[in-house]
Amino acid sequence: MSKTDELRATFFQESEDLLEQLTDGLDEMSGGEADSETVNSVFRAVHSIKGGAGAFALDAVVRFAHRFENVLDALRSGELAVNGQVLDVLMRSSDHLTVLLEQARDGVPDDGDPAGEPLLAELMALTGAEADEGPSEAEVNFQPMTLDLGDFGASAPAEMQFRVDFQPQDDLFKSGNEPVFLLRELCALGEAQVDCNTSALPEFDALDTEASYLSWKVELRTEASETAVREVFEFVDGLCVLGIEEVGGDSAGGGLPDLPDLPSADTPPSSEPAAADDAATKAAAPAPVPGPAASSAATPAGPPQKVEPPAKSQPPQPVASTIRVDLHRIDRMINLVGELVINQAMLTQAVKRDGIAQGSDIDVGLEELRTLTRQIQDSVMAIRAQPVKALFQRMSRIAREAGADTGKTLRMVTEGAATEIDKTVIEKLADPLTHMIRNAVDHGLENAEDRLASGKSAEGTIRLSAAHLSGRVVIEITDDGAGINRDRVRSIAEKKGLIPPDAQLTANDIDNLIFQPGFSTASQLTALSGRGVGMDVVKRSIQSLGGRVSIASEPGKGSTFSIVLPLTLAVLDGMVIEVGGQTVVVPISAIIETMRVPTEQVFQLGTQNAVVRIRGSYVPIVDVGAVMGYRPAVDPTGDHVILLVETADGVRAALLIDVIHDQRQVVIKGLEDNYGQVPGVAAATILGDGRIALILDPSAIVGHNGAGGAAVLTTPLAAE
Amino acid sequence: MTLKVLAIDDSRTMRDLLQVSLTESGFDITLAEDGIDGLDKLEAAQPDVVITDINMPRLDGFGVIEAVRAKADYRATPILVLTTESSPAMKARARDAGATGWIVKPFDDVALASAIRRVSAV
Amino acid sequence: MTDQTENDAEDVNELIAFRIAEQDFCFNIMSVREIRGWTPATVIPHAPSYVRGVINLRGAVVPIVDLAARLGLEVPEPTARNVIIITQVDGPIVGLLVDAVSDILSVSEKEVQATPDVASNGSEFLSGIITREDRMIRLLNLGAIVPEKAGVAA
Repeated sequence: MSKTDELRATFFQESEDLLEQLTDGLDEMSGGEADSETVNSVFRAVHSIKGGAGAFALDAVVRFAHRFENVLDALRSGELAVNGQVLDVLMRSSDHLTVLLEQARDGVPDDGDPAGEPLLAELMALTGAEADEGPSEAEVNFQPMTLDLGDFGASAPAEMQFRVDFQPQDDLFKSGNEPVFLLRELCALGEAQVDCNTSALPEFDALDTEASYLSWKVELRTEASETAVREVFEFVDGLCVLGIEEVGGDSAGGGLPDLPDLPSADTPPSSEPAAADDAATKAAAPAPVPGPAASSAATPAGPPQKVEPPAKSQPPQPVASTIRVDLHRIDRMINLVGELVINQAMLTQAVKRDGIAQGSDIDVGLEELRTLTRQIQDSVMAIRAQPVKALFQRMSRIAREAGADTGKTLRMVTEGAATEIDKTVIEKLADPLTHMIRNAVDHGLENAEDRLASGKSAEGTIRLSAAHLSGRVVIEITDDGAGINRDRVRSIAEKKGLIPPDAQLTANDIDNLIFQPGFSTASQLTALSGRGVGMDVVKRSIQSLGGRVSIASEPGKGSTFSIVLPLTLAVLDGMVIEVGGQTVVVPISAIIETMRVPTEQVFQLGTQNAVVRIRGSYVPIVDVGAVMGYRPAVDPTGDHVILLVETADGVRAALLIDVIHDQRQVVIKGLEDNYGQVPGVAAATILGDGRIALILDPSAIVGHNGAGGAAVLTTPLAAE
Repeated sequence: MTLKVLAIDDSRTMRDLLQVSLTESGFDITLAEDGIDGLDKLEAAQPDVVITDINMPRLDGFGVIEAVRAKADYRATPILVLTTESSPAMKARARDAGATGWIVKPFDDVALASAIRRVSAV
Repeated sequence: MTDQTENDAEDVNELIAFRIAEQDFCFNIMSVREIRGWTPATVIPHAPSYVRGVINLRGAVVPIVDLAARLGLEVPEPTARNVIIITQVDGPIVGLLVDAVSDILSVSEKEVQATPDVASNGSEFLSGIITREDRMIRLLNLGAIVPEKAGVAA
């Protein structure tokens, strides 16, 4: 990475932090708990973003941040009072700034940010600023030292002659300025003749060391413009008597014809009079003023230099989010801790088997080991864990955008943003959550009139919360909208053939129909949650993370979507079952319910296959023992258990098994390393007794069954 | 002797930019993250020039100038403030607070070096 | 045990010798990771008949190849007296189920005779024959017994 890229990367990383600071501050402000420091920190965040963006010539960001900052400045100074409307604009501005920065980071070409125009207008309206005033100021700020380079339009600037009269006032010294440096800088612009007037110097004992007694006259021949000459004295403007006069140019020919009494130009100009050396004033500091050649290369008014903002000349590199420890190392550690947990479980089982008395030293020690192991496991998992905060902030933004798009006013409340989940899980959660939030705004919340009509406040509330619950993470999205319209959901499901007309469904069953593939609740496709994606896709994404999603709804009161996730992808919620004498694990995320075989509801279909009727729907029975080759097919009406599963494709099937043992989290072990893929098997795990149990892949098993019996698909280790 | 610069800015990006630019220009640079940090590092850094941002947590740039000017040893040390504005009001405010000069962000290496040259014995 | 002289060291290989169904076999000890007692394996669906299943080797899932079945010999149910030789040849770790480990041999290349050309089942896994005290010890070609993982998915 080049130096510039590194600086860019730093800027975008810092911007992320600053945006978080900004969002936090705005949240506090909307919660009414903002003090002046909060407003200051919000202001600083935007200010710093603007400053950094300027350095990388991210003009759209600078322009927007500038307006944003002005409003915050007005808030800070008390010119503008915080109210709901202002906060709304600020939050949307914060969102927009986030988007602009993301675009800049990802190298999206700057299109002048037309999308930001309405918001800019709103911001300007808040401060009562004129439309053209603001941005131009920001532009003027840009590279002030070089703006004048093209003044003459000629390729070779003409040489000019200036007479500069410079008389410092006392205050000049107080500001820390030093005439000698200014004169040196002036001389660096070209050839100069400096003349010091010491006539105002008092007698030594009357000398005030902090007062100014000297003045200078400089004759300067330079290619620099008058602006550049004035620039030298920029810092002391108002702290001195300054006269800059153009006394002649190239037309006057070489030499210094107007000033016949001057020494030749090659005499090094210096603070000439001896009297000045004697004086103890700073003004007469003895540092020699360097000749014109000394530093001309570095002078701002030297040969025209192309102004090159660091970032613009090369294609911007997208900045990846990074974690500074090699993830493989962490994964290895997580694996090892997984072993430790298993080992400890095995030990506990062995101790129990050998009849060690409870309360004995071994028993107590083992209990301590168990606690420690659990703690180590939690700590190691925590390394990969990140708070959901950034994700939640993004969702708040999406909710506001969705609100703006649908014309619904809403309040977004987040809870438990500090809850930590595995980094990978967080990344993969963004898409389904986005969809659910949009869905909640679009379909969950009613419009303002309807809300008022049903006695609610016009403003809807979307609540997004995260919490740890017995080793899992529960994320809930709640809206206070109208709730699921069950009659409509049911009729749509019937119309689309998802359920038979006479299906016996509980209210909860009906609510969860919205997760069925091909189900879309919107009677009109909106731009928002339409997009051809249904809640079934959401469900599939959550399932692929080993999680589950469900909905609870109360008519008139609203709906709550609950997502239950494992803390990490290295473990899985499994149901430990037995079939054909083998202990296997079925991912709970796939299981809808379990039941004993309702013998009278089982029907033969063809010669080999059977179906079971569950609440009016016929579901194919899949004999797991036979499909896996553990034993020949059995009569499904025997002493068996059914796991009603739904595959990732939304296909339902009744898995016929023998016994359900247990539900637990299991550590996922790959089979691929030493063996290879096994049809119908997702992975393996190690049970408390140290033996390996296979984790079934319900989708493969169901699909396999449909393909016709227990034919061997692939045979690992069979290379002949 | 290498000119020593104490640069105070709460923005990591800005500190990095200052560091790169000033180091390339041959200055000896000490970085500080806010006003308090800057004052803490003042004695150790013994700067010939102080560059400070204005808007910072804990202690802002005006506070820095005031505190630096209050120290006998640094009463006349040139202080340049980093600002995104070049308005006369801002300049007046910076000067009233005791600043020697200002650097308008975004700055380039040339502008930065020039500002430092105009206030110090480079 | 051996009358080989020391200066043949370069040609000498250490081989692990074991018995399956009253027959003697061996292979290079460099392929051996460890030797452990038999523990019941978890059955793998749709696996070849000679794959006993997988076991937990300190957290790794390791498949067990029943060498007797692989070599077409008589296959009794394994007991606690059986032994698993954990091997690793170029990647995958595989356990080989054998009756018992009998010896560690130092064998020079010169002692290895070519396998006589017999068309019996299992000879394709042999890469030579060694004679020791009237015993014929079959040198196994581990690469043929444990196919590479790349071939597994085929």
